[in-house]
Amino acid sequence: MKKLVIALPLAIVLAACGSNAGNETGNGAGSSGVQVTGAGSTFVYPVLSAWAAEYRNQSGTAINYQSIGSGAGVAQVKAGTVDFGATDQPLASDELAQGKLVQFPIVVGGIVAVVNIPGLSAGQLKLTGPVLADIYAGKVKSWNDPVLTRLNPGLKLPAAAVAVVHRSDGSGTSFNFTHYLSQVSPTWKSGPGEGKSVSWPVGVGGKGNEGVAGYVKQIPNSIGYVEYAYVIQNKMTYAQLQNAAGTFVSPSAQSFSAAAGSADWKNAKDFNLVMTNAPGANAYPITATTFILMPRQPSDKKRSDAAVAFFKYALEHGQDQANKLDYVPLPPALIQQIESYVAAEIK
Amino acid sequence: MNATLAHKSGTGATPWKSGASADRVFHFITASAAWFVLILLGAIALSMAWGGRLAFKTFGWRFITSSEWDAVAGHFGALVPIYGTIVTSAIALIIAVPVSIGIALFLTDIAPRWSRGPIAIAIELLAAIPSIIYGMWGLFVFAPFMAAHVEPWLNDHLGNKTLIGPLFSGPSIGIGMLTAGIVLGIMVIPFIAAVSRDVFNAVPTALKESAVALGSTRWEILSRLTLPYTRSAIIGAVFLGLGRALGETMAVTFVLGNAHDLSASLLMPSNSIAAAIANEFTEADTDLYRSSLIALAFLLFVVTLIVLTIAKLLLLRMNRQFGRTH
Repeated sequence: MKKLVIALPLAIVLAACGSNAGNETGNGAGSSGVQVTGAGSTFVYPVLSAWAAEYRNQSGTAINYQSIGSGAGVAQVKAGTVDFGATDQPLASDELAQGKLVQFPIVVGGIVAVVNIPGLSAGQLKLTGPVLADIYAGKVKSWNDPVLTRLNPGLKLPAAAVAVVHRSDGSGTSFNFTHYLSQVSPTWKSGPGEGKSVSWPVGVGGKGNEGVAGYVKQIPNSIGYVEYAYVIQNKMTYAQLQNAAGTFVSPSAQSFSAAAGSADWKNAKDFNLVMTNAPGANAYPITATTFILMPRQPSDKKRSDAAVAFFKYALEHGQDQANKLDYVPLPPALIQQIESYVAAEIK
Repeated sequence: MNATLAHKSGTGATPWKSGASADRVFHFITASAAWFVLILLGAIALSMAWGGRLAFKTFGWRFITSSEWDAVAGHFGALVPIYGTIVTSAIALIIAVPVSIGIALFLTDIAPRWSRGPIAIAIELLAAIPSIIYGMWGLFVFAPFMAAHVEPWLNDHLGNKTLIGPLFSGPSIGIGMLTAGIVLGIMVIPFIAAVSRDVFNAVPTALKESAVALGSTRWEILSRLTLPYTRSAIIGAVFLGLGRALGETMAVTFVLGNAHDLSASLLMPSNSIAAAIANEFTEADTDLYRSSLIALAFLLFVVTLIVLTIAKLLLLRMNRQFGRTH
């Protein structure tokens, strides 16, 4: 017993020595060995950690990212406890100025309406934005409602009640989804509105993407919304959505990047742009972006530089990993705009 | 050491006196342990109330009476989570209490001696299963079963009855208060059963043998001897289970549906206090929202306190009646 009591502090001291030694040699060799910490969005976590692992092998910079949720990520970066934050909901310019932060997009993903209607396969069902809003508002109650049969001639829709599934936890996915519904439906905008968690008029709430995906798979005649990766991994039945240009598009890497390419980033101050309902002819309407937040005047310049270098690497060389994980890399023009913005804003 | 201290200061330095002083120290240590729990409880309640003061100040009594929960508009009312918590816990107890007492009686009096050990261990293992496992089982196995078999039957056979009809009518989606209550019931069975078994084992054999000698049947021994003898301990066991049911989070959030809707039907989704906090706290981005969630936690305290007080009063009344009839 006594031996253990002595051994324990000794081990801690040894460990501390070890890590110190590592840091010193690391610092001697340039920027490698720097520890960068970040926190925020759960949506971006898979691709961010894949990039971090790859980047660590190349540069020696360790990125420690905690996926604690967008809201908490914003709070942490404002408090200065992390080097960067990640959020699915962009901050307005005045809030950025107040917190002395810069903001730029890092990756794009899609949010997909999924259904579980017996006999229906993926992409067969067509929906428009207003109809989707009416389903989520509880106004379209049955799958054989005239508005649905008119949109889907030749499709056999059951005379069954629509079981609506939404997120129960506050999330950037819900924010982008309700932001889209607010844009296409005035009654949704004045009713539940947009936010990370809204007062849903009908339906059951699943916790996380996996919860919604689970409910939709369990409940016949249900409809839900999940991130694209969950549709692919779980082979779910997605619906085609009509975009702002009037075409019905399926969710895919192409339609997401069409949305990212057609969104008006040029005129978005501090990239404060939610690109739902993007104007492109083949743009998928519910496309979501994750934004990185960093202090304008970092307290630790070395770590801030290391973080900027990491994001530069991710934007320029991270495409393969993003594609593999069903995210969409940003278009080249946008990457250039981000790099000049970051170079100008972070002092 | 205490003994020597007592000797020096002692008025009459006898071994008995030093023992008394050691007793005093022991009394002090145990009392401070007990007070520590009370103070901790008070401090937690107080900090919850303090954290929730913005919500209480903004909404007043409406926070408890309103069923509206709208983060966008900034209106928060806790009626749905309170209702959902109480209803699911009530369903859980209705299921768990008879089953647990049955298990305990079977194990102590009826089961063949060789089978008692293995069954008791199985029950205790059941108590060690993490609640997330119950939640996933509930979502992937039990909810589809409820949707396909139990809820349509309830709809057809009970949904059109006059008084209880509204309780059992609604879409059979398998997720809702009834499913959550049953899963909770299964979760608390091992707690109530394990304590009940220990309590039943503590009934003196002499009493049981006397009852048998007087010609009592098993049922008479149970209803006239075992249950009255162990009553207060059994109620303690039930409230241990109830405490767990009221505060359970993960298992409930998987099968309850997490919707802030007030509905009479047990087949409809609802919300519970613990589930609402777990779901919404990470992204509660306004002060009022966060304060409302902390206020919810305070209300869970209050609900638990009220339920426990009612139980104590019940016990007191039963004791008085018992005293009168015998």
